[in-house]
Amino acid sequence: MTATLDATAATPAPPRRRVDWGKWFTRAVIGWLFTPIVFMIAFSFNDIQGRQNVVWEGFTLKWYGRVFDYADLTQALLYTLAIAVLTMLIAGTIGSLLGLALGRHRFRGQGTTNLVMFAAICAPEVVMGAALLSLFLVLGISTGFAAILIAHVMFTVSFVAITVRARVITLDANLEEAARDLGAGAWTTFRLVTLPMLMPAIMAGGLLAFALSIDDYIITSFVAGQVTTFPLWVWGATRIGIPPQVNVMGTLIFAVGVTLAIVNVIVAKRRR
Amino acid sequence: MRRKLTPYLLALPGWAWLALFFIVPIAGMVSLSLTSGNIITGFHQTFNIGNYTEALNLYSEQLFRSLFYGLSATLIAIAIGYPAAYWIAFKAGKHKSTYLLLLLLPFFVSFVLRTISWKFTLSDQGIVLGTLKNIGLLPTDFAVLNTAPAVVLGLAYNFLPFMVLPIYAVLERMDHRVVEAAHDLYASRLQAFLRVVLPISLPGVFAGGLMTFIPTTADYVNATVLGGPETTMIGSIIQTQYLVNNDYPIAAAITFVLMAVLLIGIFSYARALGTERVMEVQAK
Repeated sequence: MTATLDATAATPAPPRRRVDWGKWFTRAVIGWLFTPIVFMIAFSFNDIQGRQNVVWEGFTLKWYGRVFDYADLTQALLYTLAIAVLTMLIAGTIGSLLGLALGRHRFRGQGTTNLVMFAAICAPEVVMGAALLSLFLVLGISTGFAAILIAHVMFTVSFVAITVRARVITLDANLEEAARDLGAGAWTTFRLVTLPMLMPAIMAGGLLAFALSIDDYIITSFVAGQVTTFPLWVWGATRIGIPPQVNVMGTLIFAVGVTLAIVNVIVAKRRR
Repeated sequence: MRRKLTPYLLALPGWAWLALFFIVPIAGMVSLSLTSGNIITGFHQTFNIGNYTEALNLYSEQLFRSLFYGLSATLIAIAIGYPAAYWIAFKAGKHKSTYLLLLLLPFFVSFVLRTISWKFTLSDQGIVLGTLKNIGLLPTDFAVLNTAPAVVLGLAYNFLPFMVLPIYAVLERMDHRVVEAAHDLYASRLQAFLRVVLPISLPGVFAGGLMTFIPTTADYVNATVLGGPETTMIGSIIQTQYLVNNDYPIAAAITFVLMAVLLIGIFSYARALGTERVMEVQAK
């Protein structure tokens, strides 16, 4: 009797299948996050008449062929892309230099610089937009394309700087010393040794600036004047109906972003 | 001599840009908030403190509502973001980066477009509510849009990554052996979480809280798209006063009040916990 009992006790209990609640919770969150995206993509294929893209009427690809039907929408998209590219270049350059200074050197005002960058990252957009507009009003400067560009560089430059700084801190200073020992001047060392090592961070910072710029609505709305960017056009169109072209453009921008992100992950995995 | 100047020269363009277009404008706004006049007669500096009392009298309701919505959205973002970040950091194994990427992908769609897409998804006769009403699962007058929960959930939705990333960063870096040590010392799973994991992850929660609370409080896109007249937030007032009514002194005053309230939060955070964690997460 005791022997049988012992035997049962010794057999390991069959593994109880635990429901992984965490996994299902995370998947539900991802599902929630994707809900509006799925609708946006689906309705870029909606076969509707006119501009009211609310009820499903059937599948069509025609909006992809007629994506540039609204001249002012196309113009808005071009403004957005032009501003994003210029922001990437300007903020990418001056932000990288700032990041290099902060990561490599000790200088007077470093603490203040950090605090100002922190404030610029944390400050609400509506405050930055309102403040810039106040300045332009006080000085009598007109708003428009240049004002948007100034604003976008202003709120993205700190992001570039901290991205580059994070990389500079981890750089091996011995490599630069070695270059100098081998007779390279300061500029040659920077160009052939430091810059290539910083390039991934500079690219990442620049892309972040591009993404932040292309997406911005709030700050832009304050300083845009007569210029309409893509988010501003979409915002203005909500009252009269958003044409499927907007869904198409949103879907295409999303597709480019997703492709870049996936390539980035694959490259990062390869490098490991 | 040249070497001493190098950092200043490197930092100069970025510094100048931030000084000219971030710090000076805030000073300009303070100056504007103390003027009198209107758009036709022009604005004159009169150090008119009355603008502040007027702004507060008119809009304190919207200001408090914004703080309340911002706080609610932040708490919801913690409730949703923490378990997801925890699971990805501790349990997702080799799928870690895939799940993290999936969590961030929706944010490649423009902020305004995402919010408007919610509006269509949730509209009264739209694809979700309309269908549920047609099959009789919901009463015909049921509405999600134009309600406070719609706005708060929209805010939590749009700013979730700012919550998830800092928490994830802290949990991911945590030494998992401390949890094993807790179990070795006979801590239950709950005790190990409450007394070991949670305290270690709190700085991440604070950083995420700051990065969520500030933009949600000042946001007006969600309130305008998903809400109605009863859910107007302070950002919307600021935008209307600046761009539609051109009542700059009052607009500047109310913006300054909002900024002061949030800046107290920003700087007390920076003093207590340092700026590193927030900046480091942004750098990723």
